[in-house]
Amino acid sequence: MLETQKLNKSYGSNRALTDVDLKVSKGVIFGLLGPNGAGKSTLIRIINQIIDADSGQVLIDGKPLAPYHISQIGYLPEERGLYKKMKVWDQMIYFARLKGLSQHDAKTRIKNWLDKMEMSTWREKKIEDLSKGMAQKVQFISTIIHNPPLLILDEPFSGFDPVNAEIIKDQILELKKQGTTVILSTHRMESVELLCDQVAMINKSHKILDGTIRQVKNSFRPEVFHVTVENPVKEIPAEWTAKEDEGAYHFTLPLSGKRPNELLEELMNYGQISRFQEVIPSMEEIFIHQVKSTHDE
Amino acid sequence: MNKIWLVMQREYLARVKKKSFLLATLLTPLIFPAIMAIFVWIAVEEKDNQSLRIIEVVDENKLFFLESSDQYAFSFSDRSDEEAKELVKNGDRYGFLHIPNFDLEDPKGITFFGEENPNMNLMSYLESSLKKKIEDQRLYESGIDPQLISDIRTNVDIKSITVNEQGEEKVSNATVNYAIGFVAGILIYMFIFIYGNQIMQGVIEEKSSRIVEILVSSLKPFQLMMGKIVGIAGVGLTQLLIWIVLIGGLTTIVTGYLGMKMPQQQAMEMAQVGMEQIPDSGVSEILQVINGIDFVTLVLCFVFYFLGGYLLYGALFAGIGSAVDAPSDAQQFMLPVTIPLIVSYMGLFVFVLQDPNSTASFWLSIVPLTSPIAMMGRVSFGVPFWELALSMVLLILGFLGTTWLAGKIYRIGILMHGTKPSYKTLWKWIKTNN
Repeated sequence: MLETQKLNKSYGSNRALTDVDLKVSKGVIFGLLGPNGAGKSTLIRIINQIIDADSGQVLIDGKPLAPYHISQIGYLPEERGLYKKMKVWDQMIYFARLKGLSQHDAKTRIKNWLDKMEMSTWREKKIEDLSKGMAQKVQFISTIIHNPPLLILDEPFSGFDPVNAEIIKDQILELKKQGTTVILSTHRMESVELLCDQVAMINKSHKILDGTIRQVKNSFRPEVFHVTVENPVKEIPAEWTAKEDEGAYHFTLPLSGKRPNELLEELMNYGQISRFQEVIPSMEEIFIHQVKSTHDE
Repeated sequence: MNKIWLVMQREYLARVKKKSFLLATLLTPLIFPAIMAIFVWIAVEEKDNQSLRIIEVVDENKLFFLESSDQYAFSFSDRSDEEAKELVKNGDRYGFLHIPNFDLEDPKGITFFGEENPNMNLMSYLESSLKKKIEDQRLYESGIDPQLISDIRTNVDIKSITVNEQGEEKVSNATVNYAIGFVAGILIYMFIFIYGNQIMQGVIEEKSSRIVEILVSSLKPFQLMMGKIVGIAGVGLTQLLIWIVLIGGLTTIVTGYLGMKMPQQQAMEMAQVGMEQIPDSGVSEILQVINGIDFVTLVLCFVFYFLGGYLLYGALFAGIGSAVDAPSDAQQFMLPVTIPLIVSYMGLFVFVLQDPNSTASFWLSIVPLTSPIAMMGRVSFGVPFWELALSMVLLILGFLGTTWLAGKIYRIGILMHGTKPSYKTLWKWIKTNN
């Protein structure tokens, strides 16, 4: 669906992107991760043709990015706003028409969406009279009103209360089901694990990792196991720093070059093994670890 | 192009539908006829209600005579100062004019006593009457009959006729031309400032409310900027059109109504004041002058310079708006925009209207930054075709230039937040290619 090849962009002496290669498959939710100022927004702006890359190119369905792609992308920026004095209806028509919809199509689609989200009664209200959550919904609908095959959402959940965040999350999953490709840029790792199929992480202008969630997690396995031994027959070595709890000993052991089965066999000598579980890092831990390690360089 | 149209529509409707626009558009034209109406009404009422004011005159020279009018009567006597002042205090007399015995060559010591400050009209009437009497008296003493002087006094009014290249003759009148140039110049000046500021406010609003990021993912920043500038131009033209219709209509109604109400004699007086310097043929001459003005050219020029000037400065205002986060930050960049405007405004009065064909007037009306205001000051006096053409072409080029410049700043500026740019950064933005 979307591919970037060796994208470079710098602002004066600040590098925003360095040789960034990305591949987003069709119909997935793609998590774009990275701390503030890593270059995510720059990347998104390039894809949206707001700014041009210094070098490298962006391909959509194999074709170089061109002005006609504007109508195929829906973009919800992190910093977003609406005309405060404009009415909900007029505002949505305006955004839809800027994306290339005809007056007629814009009207029918907006009407359907307002009905679907139970917002029809707000049609004639001015944005300044709406609550923040309501305005966010208007904004979200405006983003997807032209049925874009590619949707780019920058921190879509910020500003939503949990109930509305859930509604938006459901809408994103619904769109995915219909075949929309979604690029989700966020700091919220719990939503990444919940929603994303693929991720890429950018830090200090470089892409530092990418792949499916599973691939990423696998590559960051610390190869450490949680072990619990019930009523040991042999004394547990002190360096394992086991915690005793009513006869059960809990501790964590690294593989140290062995294979898991070898380690398990060795442990079985100590008594009844009631738990032998590999430690899988959360995306949050990977994120923090990666950001820290690139900072230390 | 389609997208520029959409932006234009939105900008236009968002402003025209506002209550404040409606109020300003409908009330402003009312102000002018209303002020006129109030003045005329006050004048009429005052004269109707006024009782005759008697002024005591003590002339120690036994020389002066003052003619009484509707409002003032003069009573001559030999009363002493004290007696006369007492009369004023009692309210029997409005005032007391004391003319001491003096040498005609050095008339000093004339004093007016009153309960209240006498009005300008009365004072100037008294002064001119006394002056005339003294002058006449001195003429007699030198052996000249004052009647002779007034017979000799002649009114000269030069009828000025301009001959153009085609050999056509036109009657012109500097005063009428002055008035046209004055009004047109001021209108353009005000329009640029008021609507230029609206452009700037609009850009800042979009930028600070972060709408712009969504907009520029749908259209090019340049389209957004042009849509805004042209849309607001439409608002201005709409307002101007409504004003012209309303002011024209209301002024006609008000003057017509009051003209009928005004007592005959007074209308005559007012007419006399206006006509004093102009001989009988005056009215017909003014009509001739007005007929001589090429209104088609004038209106076309006005619309051209009105729009040209607005677009030229509008782009600059948009550029400034895009560079800053809040209107208060815009101040630092306003200078390069304000200075040429002020220069053209001052130039209009100091050079252009005084001497439309001087070198300074020529350059002011050629250089694009000053030409919209300066050229309108000249057009009614008649401008050689090549100068007009040059000025117009340069204005178009100037407009394209400022738009290009502003577009470069705008494109980067609208996405920049939290930084206070300097002229140096603006220059950098202009130089960068994307």
